[in-house]
Amino acid sequence: MNSTPVPPSGLESQSVVSAEIAAIEQARGAAPQPALDYPPYRSSALRHPTKDPHHTDPEAIERWAPCFGERDVDPLEADLTVGGAGEPIGERMVVTGRVTDDRGRPVRRQLVEIWQANAGGRYVHKRDRHPAPLDPNFTGAGRCLTDDDGYYRFQTIKPGPYPWRNHHNAWRPAHIHFSLFGTEFAQRLVTQMYFPGDPLFALDPILQSVTDRRDREMLVAAYDHDVTTHEWATGYRWDIVLGGAHGTLMENGEGDDA
Amino acid sequence: MSTISEGAPLRTTPGQTVGPFFHYGLPYDGDRDLVPPGSAGAVRLTGLVTDGAGNGLPDALVEVWQTRPDGSVPREPGSLRRDGWTFTGFGRASTGRDGRYTFSTLEPGPTEPGAAAFFAVTVFARGLTDRLFTRAYLPDDAAALAADRLLASLPAERRSTLVARRDGQGLVFDIRLQGEGETVFLDLSGYRTRTP
Repeated sequence: MNSTPVPPSGLESQSVVSAEIAAIEQARGAAPQPALDYPPYRSSALRHPTKDPHHTDPEAIERWAPCFGERDVDPLEADLTVGGAGEPIGERMVVTGRVTDDRGRPVRRQLVEIWQANAGGRYVHKRDRHPAPLDPNFTGAGRCLTDDDGYYRFQTIKPGPYPWRNHHNAWRPAHIHFSLFGTEFAQRLVTQMYFPGDPLFALDPILQSVTDRRDREMLVAAYDHDVTTHEWATGYRWDIVLGGAHGTLMENGEGDDA
Repeated sequence: MSTISEGAPLRTTPGQTVGPFFHYGLPYDGDRDLVPPGSAGAVRLTGLVTDGAGNGLPDALVEVWQTRPDGSVPREPGSLRRDGWTFTGFGRASTGRDGRYTFSTLEPGPTEPGAAAFFAVTVFARGLTDRLFTRAYLPDDAAALAADRLLASLPAERRSTLVARRDGQGLVFDIRLQGEGETVFLDLSGYRTRTP
Protein backbone atom coordinates (compact mmCIF):
# COMPACT_ATOMS: atom_id res chain seq x y z
CA MET A 1 0.00 0.00 0.00
CA ASN A 2 2.73 2.45 0.93
CA SER A 3 4.34 1.95 -2.46
CA THR A 4 1.53 3.91 -4.18
CA PRO A 5 2.66 7.51 -4.71
CA VAL A 6 0.56 10.12 -2.94
CA PRO A 7 -1.65 11.90 -5.51
CA PRO A 8 -0.31 15.40 -6.08
CA SER A 9 -2.80 17.94 -4.82
CA GLY A 10 -4.60 20.33 -7.10
CA LEU A 11 -4.36 18.28 -10.28
CA GLU A 12 -7.50 17.34 -12.11
CA SER A 13 -8.43 13.80 -13.01
CA GLN A 14 -8.02 12.16 -16.39
CA SER A 15 -11.81 11.97 -16.74
CA VAL A 16 -12.12 15.77 -16.52
CA VAL A 17 -9.45 16.24 -19.17
CA SER A 18 -10.87 13.49 -21.37
CA ALA A 19 -14.31 15.12 -21.29
CA GLU A 20 -12.77 18.41 -22.45
CA ILE A 21 -10.91 16.61 -25.23
CA ALA A 22 -14.11 14.97 -26.48
CA ALA A 23 -16.13 18.20 -26.40
CA ILE A 24 -13.51 20.14 -28.38
CA GLU A 25 -13.12 17.43 -31.02
CA GLN A 26 -16.86 17.59 -31.55
CA ALA A 27 -16.90 21.38 -31.79
CA ARG A 28 -13.86 21.97 -34.00
CA GLY A 29 -14.48 19.63 -36.88
CA ALA A 30 -11.95 20.17 -39.64
CA ALA A 31 -10.59 23.51 -38.40
CA PRO A 32 -6.86 24.18 -38.92
CA GLN A 33 -4.62 21.69 -37.13
CA PRO A 34 -3.54 21.62 -34.41
CA ALA A 35 -5.71 23.90 -32.24
CA LEU A 36 -3.54 26.69 -30.79
CA ASP A 37 -6.13 27.45 -28.10
CA TYR A 38 -6.43 24.02 -26.52
CA PRO A 39 -7.40 24.15 -22.81
CA PRO A 40 -6.85 20.41 -22.09
CA TYR A 41 -3.12 21.11 -22.60
CA ARG A 42 -2.88 23.26 -19.50
CA SER A 43 0.33 25.10 -20.27
CA SER A 44 -1.16 26.45 -23.51
CA ALA A 45 -3.51 28.72 -21.53
CA LEU A 46 -1.27 31.79 -21.46
CA ARG A 47 0.79 30.88 -24.50
CA HIS A 48 -1.63 30.71 -27.40
CA PRO A 49 -2.33 33.77 -29.56
CA THR A 50 -5.92 34.94 -29.24
CA LYS A 51 -6.09 36.23 -32.80
CA ASP A 52 -6.08 34.05 -35.89
CA PRO A 53 -2.87 34.06 -37.92
CA HIS A 54 -2.98 36.93 -40.40
CA HIS A 55 -2.78 35.78 -43.99
CA THR A 56 -0.14 37.36 -46.15
CA ASP A 57 1.57 36.30 -49.34
CA PRO A 58 5.12 35.07 -48.83
CA GLU A 59 7.78 37.61 -49.80
CA ALA A 60 11.07 36.75 -51.50
CA ILE A 61 12.96 35.48 -48.46
CA GLU A 62 9.96 33.37 -47.43
CA ARG A 63 9.92 31.58 -50.77
CA TRP A 64 13.20 29.97 -49.75
CA ALA A 65 14.35 27.94 -46.79
CA PRO A 66 17.75 27.68 -45.14
CA CYS A 67 20.14 25.41 -46.96
CA PHE A 68 21.92 22.57 -45.17
CA GLY A 69 24.55 20.23 -46.54
CA GLU A 70 27.14 17.55 -45.88
CA ARG A 71 29.28 19.96 -43.87
CA ASP A 72 26.41 20.46 -41.42
CA VAL A 73 25.70 16.84 -40.55
CA ASP A 74 27.98 13.90 -39.81
CA PRO A 75 26.45 10.64 -41.11
CA LEU A 76 27.03 9.11 -37.65
CA GLU A 77 24.47 11.52 -36.23
CA ALA A 78 21.70 9.40 -37.78
CA ASP A 79 22.57 6.52 -35.45
CA LEU A 80 21.52 7.30 -31.88
CA THR A 81 22.75 3.92 -30.65
CA VAL A 82 26.43 4.70 -31.13
CA GLY A 83 28.61 7.24 -29.42
CA GLY A 84 28.44 5.81 -25.91
CA ALA A 85 30.99 3.44 -24.42
CA GLY A 86 28.50 0.59 -24.72
CA GLU A 87 25.14 -0.39 -26.19
CA PRO A 88 22.10 1.54 -24.98
CA ILE A 89 19.37 -0.46 -23.27
CA GLY A 90 16.02 -1.04 -24.95
CA GLU A 91 14.46 -2.14 -28.20
CA ARG A 92 16.76 -1.23 -31.08
CA MET A 93 14.69 0.17 -33.94
CA VAL A 94 14.94 1.93 -37.27
CA VAL A 95 12.58 4.67 -38.37
CA THR A 96 12.59 5.74 -41.99
CA GLY A 97 10.26 7.54 -44.33
CA ARG A 98 9.87 10.00 -47.13
CA VAL A 99 9.49 13.77 -46.81
CA THR A 100 7.42 15.35 -49.58
CA ASP A 101 5.50 18.52 -50.20
CA ASP A 102 1.74 18.39 -50.52
CA ARG A 103 2.01 17.62 -54.23
CA GLY A 104 4.06 14.54 -53.47
CA ARG A 105 7.37 16.01 -54.61
CA PRO A 106 10.35 14.83 -52.54
CA VAL A 107 12.08 17.31 -50.23
CA ARG A 108 15.69 16.59 -51.16
CA ARG A 109 18.90 17.10 -49.18
CA GLN A 110 17.15 18.85 -46.32
CA LEU A 111 17.70 18.73 -42.57
CA VAL A 112 15.79 16.39 -40.22
CA GLU A 113 16.46 16.60 -36.48
CA ILE A 114 15.06 14.28 -33.78
CA TRP A 115 15.13 14.03 -30.00
CA GLN A 116 13.48 11.59 -27.64
CA ALA A 117 13.32 9.92 -24.24
CA ASN A 118 15.23 6.70 -23.56
CA ALA A 119 13.66 3.24 -23.22
CA GLY A 120 12.64 4.04 -19.64
CA GLY A 121 10.87 7.25 -20.63
CA ARG A 122 13.58 9.58 -19.34
CA TYR A 123 15.09 12.56 -21.17
CA VAL A 124 18.65 13.70 -20.67
CA HIS A 125 17.39 17.06 -19.46
CA LYS A 126 17.81 18.79 -16.14
CA ARG A 127 14.10 19.57 -15.98
CA ASP A 128 13.06 15.95 -16.40
CA ARG A 129 12.28 14.72 -12.87
CA HIS A 130 10.76 11.37 -13.82
CA PRO A 131 12.45 8.82 -11.51
CA ALA A 132 13.37 6.45 -14.33
CA PRO A 133 17.00 5.60 -15.00
CA LEU A 134 19.23 7.59 -17.31
CA ASP A 135 21.17 5.46 -19.77
CA PRO A 136 24.85 6.43 -19.94
CA ASN A 137 24.95 5.09 -23.51
CA PHE A 138 22.00 7.03 -24.85
CA THR A 139 21.53 10.77 -25.25
CA GLY A 140 18.56 10.63 -27.62
CA ALA A 141 19.31 13.32 -30.20
CA GLY A 142 20.11 12.84 -33.88
CA ARG A 143 20.22 14.52 -37.27
CA CYS A 144 20.35 13.57 -40.91
CA LEU A 145 19.80 14.98 -44.38
CA THR A 146 17.11 13.54 -46.63
CA ASP A 147 18.45 11.78 -49.72
CA ASP A 148 17.73 12.61 -53.34
CA ASP A 149 14.32 10.91 -53.10
CA GLY A 150 13.39 12.66 -49.85
CA TYR A 151 14.08 9.71 -47.55
CA TYR A 152 15.47 10.01 -44.02
CA ARG A 153 16.58 7.11 -41.82
CA PHE A 154 17.52 6.90 -38.15
CA GLN A 155 18.60 4.00 -35.98
CA THR A 156 17.63 4.48 -32.36
CA ILE A 157 16.07 2.90 -29.26
CA LYS A 158 12.30 2.77 -28.90
CA PRO A 159 11.37 5.49 -26.39
CA GLY A 160 9.20 4.73 -23.38
CA PRO A 161 6.06 6.57 -22.27
CA TYR A 162 6.50 8.97 -19.38
CA PRO A 163 4.42 10.85 -16.81
CA TRP A 164 3.94 14.62 -16.76
CA ARG A 165 2.02 17.04 -14.61
CA ASN A 166 -0.67 18.27 -16.97
CA HIS A 167 -3.23 16.50 -14.77
CA HIS A 168 -3.27 13.67 -12.26
CA ASN A 169 -1.78 10.44 -13.63
CA ALA A 170 -1.05 12.04 -17.02
CA TRP A 171 1.19 9.94 -19.28
CA ARG A 172 2.58 10.85 -22.68
CA PRO A 173 2.38 8.09 -25.30
CA ALA A 174 5.84 7.09 -26.50
CA HIS A 175 6.99 9.50 -29.21
CA ILE A 176 9.96 10.87 -31.10
CA HIS A 177 10.19 14.64 -31.66
CA PHE A 178 10.92 15.60 -35.28
CA SER A 179 12.07 18.96 -36.67
CA LEU A 180 12.00 19.51 -40.44
CA PHE A 181 12.74 22.15 -43.04
CA GLY A 182 11.23 22.25 -46.50
CA THR A 183 12.17 24.27 -49.53
CA GLU A 184 10.10 27.27 -48.43
CA PHE A 185 10.18 29.06 -45.08
CA ALA A 186 6.53 28.27 -44.27
CA GLN A 187 7.13 24.52 -44.58
CA ARG A 188 9.00 24.57 -41.28
CA LEU A 189 7.59 21.81 -39.11
CA VAL A 190 8.19 20.59 -35.57
CA THR A 191 6.04 17.63 -34.65
CA GLN A 192 5.99 14.27 -32.86
CA MET A 193 5.88 10.73 -34.24
CA TYR A 194 3.92 8.09 -32.34
CA PHE A 195 3.87 4.28 -32.38
CA PRO A 196 0.90 2.29 -33.68
CA GLY A 197 -1.76 1.08 -31.27
CA ASP A 198 -0.62 3.00 -28.20
CA PRO A 199 -3.38 2.83 -25.54
CA LEU A 200 -2.44 6.32 -24.32
CA PHE A 201 -3.48 8.11 -27.54
CA ALA A 202 -7.01 9.00 -26.47
CA LEU A 203 -5.82 10.25 -23.08
CA ASP A 204 -3.09 12.59 -24.32
CA PRO A 205 -3.95 16.28 -24.72
CA ILE A 206 -0.88 16.95 -26.87
CA LEU A 207 -1.74 14.39 -29.55
CA GLN A 208 -5.41 15.34 -29.24
CA SER A 209 -4.62 19.02 -29.85
CA VAL A 210 -4.84 17.77 -33.44
CA THR A 211 -8.60 17.50 -33.28
CA ASP A 212 -9.27 15.81 -36.63
CA ARG A 213 -8.78 12.04 -36.45
CA ARG A 214 -7.44 11.88 -40.02
CA ASP A 215 -4.75 14.42 -39.17
CA ARG A 216 -3.83 12.59 -35.98
CA GLU A 217 -3.33 9.43 -38.01
CA MET A 218 -0.66 11.31 -39.98
CA LEU A 219 1.40 11.35 -36.77
CA VAL A 220 1.42 7.60 -36.20
CA ALA A 221 4.17 5.48 -37.76
CA ALA A 222 3.46 2.04 -39.24
CA TYR A 223 5.32 -1.09 -38.23
CA ASP A 224 7.09 -2.24 -41.41
CA HIS A 225 8.54 -5.72 -41.54
CA ASP A 226 10.54 -4.77 -44.63
CA VAL A 227 12.36 -2.19 -42.50
CA THR A 228 12.87 -4.66 -39.66
CA THR A 229 16.21 -6.47 -40.00
CA HIS A 230 17.09 -10.07 -39.14
CA GLU A 231 18.40 -10.46 -35.60
CA TRP A 232 19.07 -6.72 -35.30
CA ALA A 233 16.32 -4.08 -35.15
CA THR A 234 12.57 -3.57 -35.53
CA GLY A 235 11.47 -1.17 -38.26
CA TYR A 236 8.95 1.62 -38.55
CA ARG A 237 7.89 3.67 -41.53
CA TRP A 238 6.73 7.26 -41.15
CA ASP A 239 6.21 9.58 -44.12
CA ILE A 240 5.93 13.32 -43.66
CA VAL A 241 4.05 15.80 -45.86
CA LEU A 242 5.05 19.45 -45.56
CA GLY A 243 2.44 22.11 -46.31
CA GLY A 244 3.51 25.65 -46.97
CA ALA A 245 2.74 27.90 -49.86
CA HIS A 246 2.21 25.17 -52.46
CA GLY A 247 4.67 26.76 -54.85
CA THR A 248 1.82 28.05 -56.96
CA LEU A 249 3.25 31.48 -57.60
CA MET A 250 4.96 31.92 -60.93
CA GLU A 251 6.69 35.19 -61.67
CA ASN A 252 9.06 36.23 -64.39
CA GLY A 253 8.57 32.90 -66.10
CA GLU A 254 9.96 31.16 -63.05
CA GLY A 255 8.04 27.94 -62.96
CA ASP A 256 6.98 25.77 -60.10
CA ASP A 257 9.96 23.49 -60.39
CA ALA A 258 12.55 26.18 -60.90
CA MET B 1 -0.83 25.94 -67.08
CA SER B 2 1.23 24.97 -64.11
CA THR B 3 3.54 22.00 -63.91
CA ILE B 4 2.30 20.82 -60.53
CA SER B 5 0.56 17.50 -60.17
CA GLU B 6 -3.16 17.28 -60.74
CA GLY B 7 -5.75 16.82 -58.05
CA ALA B 8 -6.18 17.97 -54.50
CA PRO B 9 -3.10 18.61 -52.36
CA LEU B 10 -2.10 15.81 -50.00
CA ARG B 11 -3.13 16.00 -46.37
CA THR B 12 -0.20 17.56 -44.52
CA THR B 13 1.47 16.36 -41.35
CA PRO B 14 0.27 18.51 -38.45
CA GLY B 15 2.61 20.24 -36.03
CA GLN B 16 3.01 19.39 -32.36
CA THR B 17 4.51 21.36 -29.51
CA VAL B 18 8.30 21.45 -29.25
CA GLY B 19 7.76 20.51 -25.59
CA PRO B 20 10.00 21.24 -22.61
CA PHE B 21 12.92 18.97 -23.51
CA PHE B 22 14.22 20.30 -26.82
CA HIS B 23 17.36 21.76 -25.29
CA TYR B 24 19.59 18.82 -26.07
CA GLY B 25 18.02 18.24 -29.50
CA LEU B 26 17.83 21.59 -31.25
CA PRO B 27 20.36 24.09 -29.85
CA TYR B 28 23.94 23.74 -31.07
CA ASP B 29 27.22 25.59 -30.67
CA GLY B 30 27.09 28.86 -32.55
CA ASP B 31 23.37 28.57 -33.28
CA ARG B 32 22.63 32.22 -32.48
CA ASP B 33 25.73 33.75 -34.01
CA LEU B 34 25.06 34.19 -37.73
CA VAL B 35 28.21 36.29 -37.63
CA PRO B 36 30.78 36.43 -34.82
CA PRO B 37 29.71 39.03 -32.22
CA GLY B 38 31.72 42.21 -32.67
CA SER B 39 32.75 41.45 -36.25
CA ALA B 40 32.38 44.05 -38.99
CA GLY B 41 28.71 44.92 -39.52
CA ALA B 42 27.49 42.70 -36.68
CA VAL B 43 24.37 43.84 -34.86
CA ARG B 44 22.54 42.36 -31.93
CA LEU B 45 18.93 41.29 -32.51
CA THR B 46 17.33 40.65 -29.15
CA GLY B 47 13.94 40.59 -27.47
CA LEU B 48 11.67 39.07 -24.87
CA VAL B 49 9.21 36.28 -25.56
CA THR B 50 6.31 36.82 -23.15
CA ASP B 51 3.05 35.09 -22.31
CA GLY B 52 -0.44 36.50 -21.66
CA ALA B 53 0.55 37.48 -18.13
CA GLY B 54 3.60 39.36 -19.36
CA ASN B 55 6.04 36.78 -18.04
CA GLY B 56 9.08 35.79 -20.05
CA LEU B 57 9.18 32.23 -21.42
CA PRO B 58 12.33 30.39 -20.28
CA ASP B 59 11.58 27.53 -22.68
CA ALA B 60 10.95 29.16 -26.04
CA LEU B 61 13.01 28.81 -29.20
CA VAL B 62 13.30 31.53 -31.85
CA GLU B 63 14.64 31.07 -35.39
CA VAL B 64 15.50 33.76 -37.91
CA TRP B 65 15.90 33.47 -41.68
CA GLN B 66 17.02 36.52 -43.58
CA THR B 67 18.60 38.14 -46.59
CA ARG B 68 22.13 39.47 -46.70
CA PRO B 69 22.61 43.25 -46.31
CA ASP B 70 22.53 43.52 -50.13
CA GLY B 71 19.08 41.89 -50.20
CA SER B 72 20.19 38.60 -51.73
CA VAL B 73 18.99 35.26 -50.36
CA PRO B 74 21.79 33.10 -48.89
CA ARG B 75 22.05 29.65 -50.49
CA GLU B 76 25.08 28.48 -48.54
CA PRO B 77 25.02 25.51 -46.15
CA GLY B 78 26.93 25.67 -42.89
CA SER B 79 24.46 27.00 -40.31
CA LEU B 80 25.11 24.01 -38.02
CA ARG B 81 28.88 24.14 -38.29
CA ARG B 82 29.72 27.77 -38.80
CA ASP B 83 33.11 28.62 -40.26
CA GLY B 84 33.03 32.27 -39.19
CA TRP B 85 33.09 33.51 -42.79
CA THR B 86 30.01 32.16 -44.54
CA PHE B 87 26.74 34.04 -43.99
CA THR B 88 23.99 31.40 -44.16
CA GLY B 89 21.06 33.64 -43.15
CA PHE B 90 19.75 31.16 -40.56
CA GLY B 91 20.01 31.26 -36.80
CA ARG B 92 18.38 29.63 -33.78
CA ALA B 93 18.28 30.92 -30.20
CA SER B 94 16.68 29.41 -27.12
CA THR B 95 15.47 31.91 -24.54
CA GLY B 96 17.17 32.37 -21.20
CA ARG B 97 15.50 32.23 -17.82
CA ASP B 98 14.07 35.71 -18.33
CA GLY B 99 12.58 34.89 -21.72
CA ARG B 100 15.21 36.77 -23.70
CA TYR B 101 16.67 35.58 -26.98
CA THR B 102 19.69 37.14 -28.68
CA PHE B 103 21.28 36.83 -32.11
CA SER B 104 24.47 38.28 -33.54
CA THR B 105 23.79 38.92 -37.20
CA LEU B 106 23.90 41.32 -40.13
CA GLU B 107 21.01 43.60 -41.00
CA PRO B 108 18.89 42.18 -43.80
CA GLY B 109 18.55 44.26 -46.94
CA PRO B 110 15.45 44.80 -49.10
CA THR B 111 15.04 42.24 -51.86
CA GLU B 112 14.09 44.93 -54.36
CA PRO B 113 14.31 48.73 -54.39
CA GLY B 114 11.63 50.25 -52.17
CA ALA B 115 10.80 46.98 -50.38
CA ALA B 116 10.80 46.84 -46.59
CA ALA B 117 13.57 44.70 -45.11
CA PHE B 118 12.69 42.17 -42.42
CA PHE B 119 13.76 39.05 -40.58
CA ALA B 120 11.47 36.05 -41.11
CA VAL B 121 10.91 34.72 -37.59
CA THR B 122 9.64 31.37 -36.27
CA VAL B 123 8.66 30.86 -32.62
CA PHE B 124 8.40 27.54 -30.76
CA ALA B 125 7.63 26.91 -27.08
CA ARG B 126 6.34 24.45 -24.57
CA GLY B 127 2.61 25.15 -24.34
CA LEU B 128 2.49 26.31 -27.94
CA THR B 129 0.90 23.51 -29.96
CA ASP B 130 2.40 24.63 -33.28
CA ARG B 131 5.14 26.94 -34.49
CA LEU B 132 4.26 30.57 -35.18
CA PHE B 133 5.58 32.70 -38.03
CA THR B 134 6.08 36.43 -37.86
CA ARG B 135 8.30 39.19 -39.29
CA ALA B 136 10.64 41.65 -37.60
CA TYR B 137 10.90 44.69 -39.89
CA LEU B 138 13.78 47.15 -39.76
CA PRO B 139 12.38 50.48 -38.50
CA ASP B 140 14.31 52.97 -40.62
CA ASP B 141 12.76 53.23 -44.09
CA ALA B 142 9.40 54.90 -43.43
CA ALA B 143 8.39 54.95 -47.08
CA ALA B 144 9.09 51.26 -47.52
CA LEU B 145 7.20 50.38 -44.34
CA ALA B 146 4.23 52.48 -45.46
CA ALA B 147 4.18 50.71 -48.81
CA ASP B 148 4.52 47.18 -47.40
CA ARG B 149 1.57 45.00 -48.28
CA LEU B 150 1.39 43.18 -44.95
CA LEU B 151 1.82 46.25 -42.78
CA ALA B 152 -0.69 48.22 -44.83
CA SER B 153 -3.28 45.50 -44.24
CA LEU B 154 -3.05 45.85 -40.44
CA PRO B 155 -4.55 48.41 -38.06
CA ALA B 156 -1.92 50.83 -36.79
CA GLU B 157 -1.77 49.44 -33.26
CA ARG B 158 -1.07 45.93 -34.55
CA ARG B 159 1.37 47.08 -37.25
CA SER B 160 3.80 48.31 -34.60
CA THR B 161 4.16 44.79 -33.17
CA LEU B 162 6.09 43.81 -36.32
CA VAL B 163 8.59 46.66 -36.36
CA ALA B 164 11.82 46.28 -34.42
CA ARG B 165 13.24 49.27 -32.56
CA ARG B 166 16.84 50.36 -32.29
CA ASP B 167 19.00 50.37 -29.22
CA GLY B 168 22.70 51.08 -28.87
CA GLN B 169 23.71 47.57 -29.98
CA GLY B 170 21.27 46.98 -32.80
CA LEU B 171 17.66 45.89 -32.86
CA VAL B 172 15.04 44.93 -30.29
CA PHE B 173 12.04 42.80 -31.24
CA ASP B 174 9.76 41.55 -28.47
CA ILE B 175 7.35 38.70 -29.13
CA ARG B 176 4.09 38.72 -27.16
CA LEU B 177 2.25 35.45 -27.59
CA GLN B 178 -1.01 36.66 -26.09
CA GLY B 179 -2.89 39.66 -24.75
CA GLU B 180 -2.13 43.36 -24.95
CA GLY B 181 0.22 44.12 -27.79
CA GLU B 182 -0.09 40.54 -29.06
CA THR B 183 2.35 40.09 -31.92
CA VAL B 184 0.83 39.60 -35.36
CA PHE B 185 1.50 36.02 -36.39
CA LEU B 186 1.30 35.00 -40.01
CA ASP B 187 -0.46 32.48 -42.18
CA LEU B 188 1.88 32.08 -45.15
CA SER B 189 0.06 29.13 -46.67
CA GLY B 190 -0.73 29.94 -50.24
CA TYR B 191 -0.81 33.01 -52.42
CA ARG B 192 -4.14 34.74 -52.47
CA THR B 193 -3.69 38.35 -53.43
CA ARG B 194 -1.41 38.00 -56.45
CA THR B 195 -2.29 36.19 -59.60
CA PRO B 196 0.47 34.37 -61.45
